[in-house]
Amino acid sequence: MSAIKYVHEQLSSKKEFPAFKPGDNITVNYKIIEGNKERIQSFKGDVIKRQGSGFTATFTVRKISDGVGVERVFPYSSPNIDSIVVNKAGNVRRAKLFYQRKRSGKSARIREKRMITTDSQ
Amino acid sequence: MKGIIGKKIGMTSIFDPSGKQTACTIIEAGPCVVTQVKTKESDGYNALQLSFGDKKEKHSTQSEINHFAKATTAPKKFSKEFRNFSIEKNIGETITVDIFAEGESVEVVGTTKGKGFQGVVKRHGFSGVGEQTHGQHDRQRAPGSLGNSSDASRVMKGMRMAGRMGNDRVKLKGLKVVKIFTDKNYILISGSVPGHNGSIVLIQK
Repeated sequence: MSAIKYVHEQLSSKKEFPAFKPGDNITVNYKIIEGNKERIQSFKGDVIKRQGSGFTATFTVRKISDGVGVERVFPYSSPNIDSIVVNKAGNVRRAKLFYQRKRSGKSARIREKRMITTDSQ
Repeated sequence: MKGIIGKKIGMTSIFDPSGKQTACTIIEAGPCVVTQVKTKESDGYNALQLSFGDKKEKHSTQSEINHFAKATTAPKKFSKEFRNFSIEKNIGETITVDIFAEGESVEVVGTTKGKGFQGVVKRHGFSGVGEQTHGQHDRQRAPGSLGNSSDASRVMKGMRMAGRMGNDRVKLKGLKVVKIFTDKNYILISGSVPGHNGSIVLIQK
């Protein structure tokens, strides 16, 4: 086993999150410490980037808040991420959706991926 | 002083329980064998010679084999002397990472990556001469004037110029020990340390 992997197996949190891709709409529930109180803040938006590998990977979530685009980078292995909820799977052709930064309104929508589910019949 | 010889493995970043991310370097440090004990009486100064990394006997000279046989150990790749070692050790005994404690401040000595022949902008932080436009030509990374004209009529000694950069012995002080894994001989040190992955570094205090 490589040394870096060994170190992270000892130290890093082993939380399991649902799989998500760029284009998906997710909610990240993030722990925030104010003074000595801890509360959970949720950040809902589209994943526009997944970067890095292993325990140092990050992902970027973009949302439009009061007409202003807000992007936030989350480290995937951060102990402060409480949970991740995948709201919608997006149908996109790129791994990095930076073109979303130039778009607004209707053109900034991401087409939802339609899945064929057999068990509902 | 206390110290150990190690091999730089690579960098990563870890989180502390409050969620703060720290960049760390993983170093495989020791176990080092004490291969010579120098004393004030016999050598004029007190020191311990530590050796690290096994080497095959067929790649060693006879004098190396005999030297390491005194410590009843196989020939080693790297040996380094540490003066006035604060821990009492005899020849043949081993030193492991647990001489350091988590949270301790240490010094790391290594050899920086070689950069080759570099100009003054990269090597000495000059800002170059002139601008891109206004009749300038080919001067953006130039060193500029080397000194005065007739009064001196020579270039002063120590004038910073282009040349070989890197591959220097560098000591970084005040690095913090983040974590120690005694079973694997790994030590995590905050921040970066000199040299490429696999290079030999000294951790000392």
